Amino acid sequence: MNDSFLETRQVIKRYANHTALDGVSITVPEGQVFGLLGPNGAGKTTLIRIINRITAPDAGEVWFDGRLSRPEDIYSIGYLPEERGLYKKMKVGEQAIYLAQLKGLSRQESKKRLTDWFERFEIMPWWNKKLEELSKGMQQKVQFVITVLHRPRLLIFDEPFSGFDPVNAELLKREILKLKDEGHTIIFSTHNMASVEEICDHIALINHSKVVLQGAVTDIRSRYKSNQYELTMQSSKPLQNSDAFEIVSSEVQDEQTVNYKLRKLTSISNSKLLSLVGAQGEICKFTECIPSMNDIFIRTVEGKI
Amino acid sequence: MNKTWIIIQREFINRVSKKSFILLTILMPFIFAALIFVPLWLSTVKGGDQKQVAVIDATMKYLPQFKDDESWHFVGVPQMEASFRSDSTQFDAVVEIKADLAEHPEAVTIYSRKEVPNSLSRLVSETLDEQVRQDKLLHYDIPQLPSIMQDVNRKLNIRTVKWGEDGSESESNAGAAMAAGMVLTLLIYMFVMSYGGMVMQSVMEEKTNRIVEVIVSSVKPFQLMIGKIIGIGLVGVAQLAIWAVLIIVLLAVAGGISGSSPELMGGASGLLATLQGLNLAKMGGLFVLNFIGGYLVYASIFAAIGAAINGQEDSQQFMMPIVLLLIFALYAGIYSSDNPDGPLAIWCSMIPFTSPIVMMVRLPFDVPVWETMLSVVILYVAAFGMIWIAGKIYRVGILMYGKKPSFKEMIRWITYK
Repeated sequence: MNDSFLETRQVIKRYANHTALDGVSITVPEGQVFGLLGPNGAGKTTLIRIINRITAPDAGEVWFDGRLSRPEDIYSIGYLPEERGLYKKMKVGEQAIYLAQLKGLSRQESKKRLTDWFERFEIMPWWNKKLEELSKGMQQKVQFVITVLHRPRLLIFDEPFSGFDPVNAELLKREILKLKDEGHTIIFSTHNMASVEEICDHIALINHSKVVLQGAVTDIRSRYKSNQYELTMQSSKPLQNSDAFEIVSSEVQDEQTVNYKLRKLTSISNSKLLSLVGAQGEICKFTECIPSMNDIFIRTVEGKI
Repeated sequence: MNKTWIIIQREFINRVSKKSFILLTILMPFIFAALIFVPLWLSTVKGGDQKQVAVIDATMKYLPQFKDDESWHFVGVPQMEASFRSDSTQFDAVVEIKADLAEHPEAVTIYSRKEVPNSLSRLVSETLDEQVRQDKLLHYDIPQLPSIMQDVNRKLNIRTVKWGEDGSESESNAGAAMAAGMVLTLLIYMFVMSYGGMVMQSVMEEKTNRIVEVIVSSVKPFQLMIGKIIGIGLVGVAQLAIWAVLIIVLLAVAGGISGSSPELMGGASGLLATLQGLNLAKMGGLFVLNFIGGYLVYASIFAAIGAAINGQEDSQQFMMPIVLLLIFALYAGIYSSDNPDGPLAIWCSMIPFTSPIVMMVRLPFDVPVWETMLSVVILYVAAFGMIWIAGKIYRVGILMYGKKPSFKEMIRWITYK
């Protein structure tokens, strides 16, 4: 496995009135799901277009598989844009084969693979339908199949879940994780933080044209830990502050049971803290508050404004 | 396989397999043939039966002069009868001549229960005029009058001869040359308009559909644009070729069927004969060159516009100048046919935006070789220049959504990296 399958180095892209990307460097490890996060207008789509070689950066480099990105690398990339679109009047099967041919597959090969996918999704009857005859969700499914048909080493999904109902979103999530298991590297651009926690291994958060946060999801979340704990205790008398922790808030649930929020004051381990608290009563629940990606996202974005 | 080729194939096959295309392509030659043959045919068919005209000639001098034609049959009757006024009469009109017209010019009247047809009154007046003229001349008692008359009446016969460069003489036929030039000009105009418009529609569709983002992640925007321009252009060429073949077959078939009708054959073969008089190989070759060059210039402009705008509503503002330019070219072409060597004709056949249309009008009038060559060279240089510029605008435009760009912004796009 390659720790930097795809890398952008100090990429700068300026448009007439604004800078879309200002020295953006990200590193995407091979075989992982990499979340590209950021508020609207942060520059995610521009970065994706540069990786796709749709536009060229004004400065900086893109490295692909350990060397400078080359024009033919686009055949190793599958791209599902945020704004979906296919030919409305063209038959589904026909246009899937056409787009696969543009990605370098032969006609026969793309037909074979498409048949496999359509049979797996049980959508063979759609083959000879015009796209406009399908519902929006069905169109999304077709477009997903088209994106992965040429089995690219790198897949880029821009907001893949938008427009899917929960059942199909779940199906899509399974497919994405399956693609990861098969060794594909996936860049996943989204605002949906819940899906980031479920799917992504690494993330980069872009705000105002710059990368403001980057790393493995678990690292980042522990980096943002605030040493807070939630505790539910059964005891005849209330919990007392100590040198090791303080009570931030408390809430009586019934006569004996109280919910507390604690902050750890020293660098003792969680087990040690647990035993200190446990000395004062019976513990029903003890959880460390690890911030959600959503909290981190909002905190980072708002903090930097 | 080359990606541009795949795009050309899709653009081509997708269009020629459409029902509307097949229908139009097959029906058009029949409509063309109908346009040529129906008037020819109509002119050989006379309306209905001959109509009876009673002639009451008190002098008995004029009656023999009335010659029947396809529409009118003249019958001498001794006197006016009341029954001529009723519906039961066999006569449609009555010509009454009461006295010698040389002395009493007003002594003739045509009666009819309906409006007197123009053709009848003209026929009657021509017949009588001629007779009256001769009668009057006879009054002067000029010796050898008949031979003098014969001499005077001889018709002129003007030949039009064109001098070639080598001093040779050939029959010139300005009418047919002009007609051929105009037909080819109109063809180029129509094709540039409709197929150029098709390029714009197609680019706009891909942009508003957002499929363009998927495609340009596989091929270069320039490949997509050029593939589209070539693919659609080939549809036009195919349509033209099918029409040409069908029209020739139709002419042959029609010629075979109407072999018994000499007038019809005369019309068709006359048309072919005058066409042969023109330098067909040269005209054909230059037509194809101008056709392709003109299409490339305008199709690339249309592609750039289609890429820059965000929808049908915006298209009007950008289409307007292009359409005006094309219409100007067409009018310049029409006026050039009156004065094929005038300054308007010469300049407009050099400017690449008008030259494909104007040059076709001038060609039958033997334009100097260097002018034709220069015009074609300028046209192709301009075509490749336009494609290059359009490629730049297209590349930026297809990914720009939202606000409608100004011409100034579009020009700035050309300089983008």
